[in-house]
Amino acid sequence: MALPGERFHVLAQLEHLQSKYTGTGHADMNRHEWVVNQHRDTRAFQMSHPGMNTYIAVVENESRARTRFNLINRMIQPCGPPPEKHPLDDA
Amino acid sequence: MSRSGEAYAQELNRKRAAAQRAAANEDNDENQGNGNKVAFGAAGNFDTDVYGSVRGESRDGYLDSIGTGEEDDVDEDSMPTVQKKATNYSQPHKFIEEVAAASEDTDPFADTRTKTIAERQSKYHERAMRRQISPDRADAFVDQTPDNRNRGYAEVMRDQRYHEEKGRVERELADRAKAGELHVTREPEKKKGRWDATEAPESSENLGAASATPSQGSAPRKRLGFASLSAEAATPRAARWDETPAHSTGAADATPSIDKWSSTPAAQTPRRNRWDETPKADLNDGSMTPGWGMETPARGASDDVKIEDTPSASKRRSRWDLTPSQTPNVAAATPLHAGAQTPSFTPSHPSQTPIGAMTPGGATPIGTAAMGMKTPAPHMIPMTPEQMQIYRWEKEIDDRNRPLTDEELESLFPPGYKVLVPPMNYIPLRTPSRKLMATPTPMGGAGAGGFYMPGTPDRDGVGEKGVGGLVDTQPKNAELPPLKPDDMQYFDKLLMDVDESSLSREEKNEREIMEHLLKIKNGTPPMRKSGLRKITENARKYGAGPLFNQILPLLMSPSLEDQERHLMVKVIDRILYKLDDLVRPYVHKILVVIEPLLIDEDYYARVEGREIISNLAKAAGLATMISTMRPDIDNVDEYVRNTTARAFAVVASALGIPALLPFLKAVCKSKKSWQARHTGIKIVQQMAILMGCAVLPHLKALVEIVKDGLDDEQQKVRTITALCLAALAEASAPYGIEAFDSVLKPLWKGIRMHRGKGLAAFLKAIGYLIPLMDAEYASYYTREVMLILIREFASPDEEMKKIVLKVVKQCCATDGVEPSYIRDEVLPSFFKAFWNQRMAMDRRNYRQLVDTTVEIAQKVGCVEMIARIVDDLKDENEQYRKMVIETIENIVALQGATDIDARLEEQLIDGLLYAFQEQTQEDSVMLDGFGTICSSLGRRAKAYIPQICGTILWRLNNKSAKVRQQAADLIARIAPVMHMCEEEKMMGHMGVVLYEYLGEEYPEVLGSILGALKAICNVIGMTKMTPPIKDLLPRLTPILKNRHEKVQENCIDLVGAIADRGSEFVSAREWMRICFELLELLKAHKKSIRRAAINTFGFIAKAIGPHDVLATLLNNLKVQERQLRVCTTVAIAIVSETCAPFTVLPAIMNEYRVPEINVQNGVLKALSFMFEYIGEMAKDYIYAVVPLLIDALMERDQVHRQIAVDAVAHLAIGVYGFGCEDALIHLLNYVWPNMLENSPHLIQRWVFACEGMRVSLGPIKVMQYCLQALWHPARKVREPVWKVFNNLILGSADALIAGYPRIENTPTNQYVRYELDYVL
Repeated sequence: MALPGERFHVLAQLEHLQSKYTGTGHADMNRHEWVVNQHRDTRAFQMSHPGMNTYIAVVENESRARTRFNLINRMIQPCGPPPEKHPLDDA
Repeated sequence: MSRSGEAYAQELNRKRAAAQRAAANEDNDENQGNGNKVAFGAAGNFDTDVYGSVRGESRDGYLDSIGTGEEDDVDEDSMPTVQKKATNYSQPHKFIEEVAAASEDTDPFADTRTKTIAERQSKYHERAMRRQISPDRADAFVDQTPDNRNRGYAEVMRDQRYHEEKGRVERELADRAKAGELHVTREPEKKKGRWDATEAPESSENLGAASATPSQGSAPRKRLGFASLSAEAATPRAARWDETPAHSTGAADATPSIDKWSSTPAAQTPRRNRWDETPKADLNDGSMTPGWGMETPARGASDDVKIEDTPSASKRRSRWDLTPSQTPNVAAATPLHAGAQTPSFTPSHPSQTPIGAMTPGGATPIGTAAMGMKTPAPHMIPMTPEQMQIYRWEKEIDDRNRPLTDEELESLFPPGYKVLVPPMNYIPLRTPSRKLMATPTPMGGAGAGGFYMPGTPDRDGVGEKGVGGLVDTQPKNAELPPLKPDDMQYFDKLLMDVDESSLSREEKNEREIMEHLLKIKNGTPPMRKSGLRKITENARKYGAGPLFNQILPLLMSPSLEDQERHLMVKVIDRILYKLDDLVRPYVHKILVVIEPLLIDEDYYARVEGREIISNLAKAAGLATMISTMRPDIDNVDEYVRNTTARAFAVVASALGIPALLPFLKAVCKSKKSWQARHTGIKIVQQMAILMGCAVLPHLKALVEIVKDGLDDEQQKVRTITALCLAALAEASAPYGIEAFDSVLKPLWKGIRMHRGKGLAAFLKAIGYLIPLMDAEYASYYTREVMLILIREFASPDEEMKKIVLKVVKQCCATDGVEPSYIRDEVLPSFFKAFWNQRMAMDRRNYRQLVDTTVEIAQKVGCVEMIARIVDDLKDENEQYRKMVIETIENIVALQGATDIDARLEEQLIDGLLYAFQEQTQEDSVMLDGFGTICSSLGRRAKAYIPQICGTILWRLNNKSAKVRQQAADLIARIAPVMHMCEEEKMMGHMGVVLYEYLGEEYPEVLGSILGALKAICNVIGMTKMTPPIKDLLPRLTPILKNRHEKVQENCIDLVGAIADRGSEFVSAREWMRICFELLELLKAHKKSIRRAAINTFGFIAKAIGPHDVLATLLNNLKVQERQLRVCTTVAIAIVSETCAPFTVLPAIMNEYRVPEINVQNGVLKALSFMFEYIGEMAKDYIYAVVPLLIDALMERDQVHRQIAVDAVAHLAIGVYGFGCEDALIHLLNYVWPNMLENSPHLIQRWVFACEGMRVSLGPIKVMQYCLQALWHPARKVREPVWKVFNNLILGSADALIAGYPRIENTPTNQYVRYELDYVL
């Protein structure tokens, strides 16, 4: 931010507060992490709202409990393995 | 200059004389037991006339206090050493010595300095300094041959046993010496022979017959032991015995490593002087002499400095005492050439030279001139920090007071002055007294510009960095902060200019660590931060050893300050995380330094200490912690055991209680030493205190572990066990009585067996156990313990008294105890023992007694208790009366006054009136009591109102301001009761009387009178108020001008109440007048006054319409002071809230056209506040203000845009759900570009506005704005947008799911969320 003294004010606190929650992001995030969060949010949403859960159960032709279970399982590496770290990323 | 110096000297002399007189009085007073004049910030003492000499002569008949054993047996929260310290000062000759010492070198600025930690610590805390930072220990977990230098567990234990044994032998020797068995060694001539003890015995034979030393085999050994004992007091033990030097207290610090046996024991000054004084006598002894002569120089240069420094210090100070006629001589002797500084202070203080011990010849010039010529090697200067400090102060005073040179004097002239040559016939005055009279005054003739006082120009050599210019304290690396004098011994290497490339890797690392530490310790916040970051990042590279070898000595430094300690502790905390298991060998070192924090008086220090130890435990693991701390558990030093116990409790909380249970079990069952058992039980106690109800799951196991301690043969172990059980019961209340089953019997048996301290502890445990029991058991056990309690009522011991009171309270609070039992068995002796004046004197007793009595009253009813103490309301002791009133107040507040019969009521009021009239101290106890009791009596007080009012009226007329103030305060308290008793006529009368007293000149009293008027006004209403409001208010207007806060606050409250409820009684013109006065009140420092003033604006605007008020307020926006403008904008917002925005908005929007930035800002700010206050009403005005806001958001000025963004945020939140999205999107388009601003305030408002938009526009809309920038190549763009996006996620994660963009799959990853494509 601007002056060295003001760096530690409300904004820094906000940033700290935000970083305590999963699903939040930051300026150095990559696409993979961001989308993984989206996927997990989506599945958590679909699984925890009974209506959505039923809807997906009907489409997938599974029981609701099975759907729920599947959705939870799909939260593990929802987008596949993370991309190889590029040597230039560290810089 | 000399004149002011003279005045100062006289002032000092006067003070000193006064101090001496005081000391002399002290001495006289001592016989009358005047102990409360404890000198100079010493710890307070009890009044000896109450607690001491009342029993004076017949002291032997009583046991004054029980068991003055170790401190650790006392209650946890009281640090026991205070009392100890106080007794040191209670002897008269101590006072004399103290004052005598003070008169020689008083530092007049001593009070203003911030004290170092070492300075404010008690004797007990100082013991921390005596511990040695032990050598590294072997890490048992590393798979390699241990370094031979590192000690393993076995060696440490062996060492420990050795010390124990040695201590035992020494003690025994001391005992025997006392008993007279060792009397031989006391003879002085034998002492000479002692020097030979280390040498071969035959050297003593060389002394021949002249020497009286007997050469039997056993004699040297005995002497040896005794010698070490006598040295004990002066030099700390660790310094002599242990392989590593430890920091020790006292001035000898600089040379802690002097080994008693290898060189001379000359570290003790007095002894050394003896040798120095009588060299001749020894010379005759022939062969002996060379040996001794050899020893003297071996003492090292440091001693020389130390010895000779002292006289120089006192000589220097005595300059204040010089007669004025001498002072000019110094000035006269000053040569006038440029290098004048150096000589000017050398000749006047010849004793200075020894200080520069680095220039032994004394010929080298010292001072700034010399500094310029060559670089000194500062690390050569053998000064202790204290000396350095003293020297620096002296140097500073010298610099300030040194005579002015002609050049300097000339440079002081304002322009236009000229130095004239004195006339030929001028003869200077020689007598100082006439000089004073003859001084011409600068009357007139100062030129057209008038006289002005020029600023003091900088003088060469004054105020430059460093220790008074003697040593350069700026490290060679210019980026580092300068050293403090105390830092020299730690950071001196940084002062040398070295070639980095010539250093080995270790040296380079050491230097780097040193630089970081210096930055952290002395640097500015950014420096500190970078230092901390670098040292953390590289922690593993540097390694644990080099890091702790530098950090820990800093923490042990005697001149450490709170802030520095905090920073160093923070460093340790950070590097602990990084080092992890690398710390294992250093665990003990760290503990030695950190453990003292656990008993620090500062709460935050304790918390920090706990955090470090808990992190240390996590990093090093349980096994290492136990094997490291195990030897300290039965250390002979109680201090070490105490801190170790606390540290263990922290370890338990960090690693879990179950992990420690087996170890604790073993320790508490230790057969070998009672110290180990004591510490083990103490650990459990500390765990209970630290972890609270978290001990519950392990309660049973813990109780089992400690329970055997109740029957221990050592009294201390029994006591600590009882205290431990008390702590466990307190922590687990109200559950867990089952766990204590096994200890109930021994406890109850114990209270019949023990006396004194042990009994107190047992009683405490029982007191905490009884509330855990069910009613039946509680009743039974209470009866059992009550007998003992009643017996102990008579105990003279203070600690016992407190515990007894507490236990009585706890017993009475349980269900099973019958009122009749308490009434018949307890009360008589309770009142006899406790309700006396003496109990009111000590604050802790006072509190405890009030609480206990109130608790008993809950059981036996209020009448019983009040009847017993009501007569004491007329006691002659005011403190005691206060205690009575407070008790009655608390009882009545809890139980009401319905039980009180007419007779008691009469007594009560009578007593209250007496106590009220006799009141001399100023506090609210009396008033609160009176108010509470009257209001609980309610209508029954009617009979007494005339009497009370008569007293009040009479006292309102009193000469003493305090009496008038109390009377007025009392009116405010009893006004509601008077209203309840329908005494409106009386109140009206009171009102008129108070009105007449509004001319009161004491602001405190005037404030109270206004408060009383306000109370009356509030209860009888505006219409019935006498004097009528239309007379009252004009009288209040001028009082608003009063600058006293109490007056302002009460006055504005009264005016506000009138404006709120009785505004129609006063003309609009008067209200406008008040408006103008209110503007002034917006300047008030106290927030409540400003708030009251702003609210009053609202009421007035409501009463007389917003237009005039608004005009006044808008004009006020043009003023300079920011606080005034801010308050005005708030007032405008409040006016528009109370009078509806449409009455105000046109006017303020019109005002926005005034081409003045302050006014425009003010208008915008008023809008912002207004939208905040009116909330959803904003939906009617949003389209009206959008153009104005758009204008404001396009303004060039950053602050202006910031306020506008703020207004938009409030507006957006207000219109949520009213379909104003079109306007909001329009506004967001203007708000959004502000994200690139630098000002954090603006960014903060911008984030806030986006948050508002999230609420009203929906998160997806805002996310679409974000998506444009989340992946922008420039970080500056990405960063603020991620802040907003994160807020979206936190606020409405669910809602975003439908809005995320569709991201195509890559060969390795599947990014599409296919579930969203499901269609049914």
